Amino acid sequence: MATVAEPDTRADSIEAFRAEARDWLAANFPASLKGKDNGLSALEGPTELSADEAAWKQAMGEKGWGVPTWPREYGGGGLSRAEARVLAEEMARAGAWNPIGGMGVMMFGPTLLEYGSEEQKREHIPAIARGEVRWCQGYSEPNAGSDLANLQTFAEGAFDEEWGDHYVVNGQKTWTSGGQWADKCFALVRTDKTNKHGGISFLLIDMDSPGVETRPIRLISGSSPFCETFFTDVKVPKANRVGEEGQGWTIGKRLLQHERQNLSGGGSSASRFFAGKSLHDLAKEYRGVDAEGRIADADLRMRIVRHEMDVRAFMATLRRAALEAKAQAGPSAASSIMKNVGARITQERAELAIEIMGMQGLGWEGEGFSADELAQTRTWLWGKAVSIYGGSSEIQNNIVAKRMLGMLDHQ
Amino acid sequence: MAVLNDEQAMLRDMAREWVDNEAPVSAYRRMRDTAPAAGFDAASWGEIGQMGWPGIVVPEQYGGSAFGYLSLGLVLEQMGRNLVAAPLAASAVAATAIAEGGSDAVKQAWLPRIASGEVVAALAIDEGPRHDRRFEASISGGALSGHKAFVAEGDSAGVFVVAAADGLYLVDGAADGVARSPRRLIDARSHADVRFDGAAAEKLGDTALTDRVCDLAATAAAAEMLGLASQAFETTNAYLKQRVQFGQPLATFQALQHRMAKMFTELELMRSVVEAALEAIDAGRSDLDQAACLAKAVAGETVHLVSREMIQLHGGIGMTDEHDAGFYMKRAQVLETMWGSAAWQRERFARMNGY
Repeated sequence: MATVAEPDTRADSIEAFRAEARDWLAANFPASLKGKDNGLSALEGPTELSADEAAWKQAMGEKGWGVPTWPREYGGGGLSRAEARVLAEEMARAGAWNPIGGMGVMMFGPTLLEYGSEEQKREHIPAIARGEVRWCQGYSEPNAGSDLANLQTFAEGAFDEEWGDHYVVNGQKTWTSGGQWADKCFALVRTDKTNKHGGISFLLIDMDSPGVETRPIRLISGSSPFCETFFTDVKVPKANRVGEEGQGWTIGKRLLQHERQNLSGGGSSASRFFAGKSLHDLAKEYRGVDAEGRIADADLRMRIVRHEMDVRAFMATLRRAALEAKAQAGPSAASSIMKNVGARITQERAELAIEIMGMQGLGWEGEGFSADELAQTRTWLWGKAVSIYGGSSEIQNNIVAKRMLGMLDHQ
Repeated sequence: MAVLNDEQAMLRDMAREWVDNEAPVSAYRRMRDTAPAAGFDAASWGEIGQMGWPGIVVPEQYGGSAFGYLSLGLVLEQMGRNLVAAPLAASAVAATAIAEGGSDAVKQAWLPRIASGEVVAALAIDEGPRHDRRFEASISGGALSGHKAFVAEGDSAGVFVVAAADGLYLVDGAADGVARSPRRLIDARSHADVRFDGAAAEKLGDTALTDRVCDLAATAAAAEMLGLASQAFETTNAYLKQRVQFGQPLATFQALQHRMAKMFTELELMRSVVEAALEAIDAGRSDLDQAACLAKAVAGETVHLVSREMIQLHGGIGMTDEHDAGFYMKRAQVLETMWGSAAWQRERFARMNGY
């Protein structure tokens, strides 16, 4: 039987896309920004963009490549996962970085695409894709931390001529990341006081509504990336509810899965910190080497080795989980450990770094310390939050015990 | 708890009462916020002087009470509980160096004023960002030159006990050739950079005295760490009993109970080695180096564990500046680093014991 050599259309189209991405980046990514990702994250306040940064953000926003796999019709890139990977490779090659980020991209957007009404998606997704709207998360409350479903912020149904069907929201949220700078808040509120999990609804609240007040919380690192947010008789149209009344816990938990996915990358940048130095470079610089060129302090040296091995095991697990997720079209069992391992690595790395520097790593401000040293001290202090936010390590372990190991709830 | 005589028990109770009533953590917070150049509150130090604590290890003929290091440790422990910022440890250990090595004239000139708290004495030992007992400071014609780093209480010190390559010296803080500049660390206490440039110096002893003084300082630090860790633990334990999540106090969760039990275990071990080192000083034991090394190593690891767990078990509130947990971790890390980290003490332990 004669065979006709069929062109591998899939491979061809991927390579065609690679060429397209490369050309587009060459035409649109300002050379001046090469490798200068300033890590504009949701936790930072608004920063003045340079002309090149603004142009780059606008180009990516219009192209939709800041959210490459989101649907084209809502302003996303409409790319397949394979294409998105190619785009990431080409961006890395060009030294380009994604100027579109924040909670809207990481958590809220994917959740709204899944649960939002057509009107809600059309209203909110394109603005997130263009990086125009800052979202914050109204989840935790003073008495609803690990026990999130204990939240008490109450949204009472009401009607008047001006607002039509609406809610009147009263209560307090805390750890509102970037709340002082956010335009909008996706919040879990209670619409039924008689039903713990089933009485929660998912509500979108304008942060400039009358009755919304934010108060920054100063952390042990000296920064204030979080707020307390107070709601006093805040009117919110019922049209701003995502999903049905009482569906908020289901939607809210889905969003947390997106959050966990984004938080688990923590340990993967292990080799890049302190002005690009690895821990062992840092140790050799600060502690010196012995006659054989080894880090002078044998005890410290072996703990750095143990840490580096931990990092490599984590990286291998990230790779394995990605492959398994692709092969089985669902999350790998290994994904359940990612946040805790990522947090552990982040914190150990910071602990080792300041131990390496000795007193030089304990500066708060002023003379006698380099900018890198002072930054590392603050990084160490801030890093203590990593095992607390986004579901503490204890809660992650509960999830592993219950979901992965089939263990029973605490009675 | 070490077996105390009546005098010691009374001193401990008095210290506990004073720190609770007069020097709560809010006083430390106020000091942090107002940032006095000395790194401590002068009025509070004045009260400590009136109570005679700076003279606890000073011989009676020089205005002290000569109660000894276990007594000093009891006071430092109570102060450590509330993170009291005061130059007591530095002054007391420096006073011992002067008492053991100074001429009669030197002792007469400095000890009574140190014992009353009028003069702060500081130990200018380390020359870099960690304790390694390697000294380049040198003496030439009775004048000392060298650079000393992170000198605790160096900002206010009226007199320095300085380690040079060949031994320990005393330098008047007001002498020509003494220059200091402040270093702001995470604990908001005094850690000055001090440069001696041909400053007039009096010899106190050879390198054996330097080693001994370092061990005294490490033991005093360990006593403060014992109080710090104990209070961090108790505050955390109280919080777990009070904080309700999932409809019950956190203290009902076995996973947390076991973590607290583990910390309690470590704290008991820590108390034993710290008190043993304090007692070894008072007993004049020749193996003080072993006891101090063990105490500082165990103290370092325990205070590290407990101060980190304090934040983690408090959850988000422990990350806020408004809560005290961060103060405990910051001071803990400084104390862990001063006078030999746990890693350095382990290495030293290995060498001392022929491993």
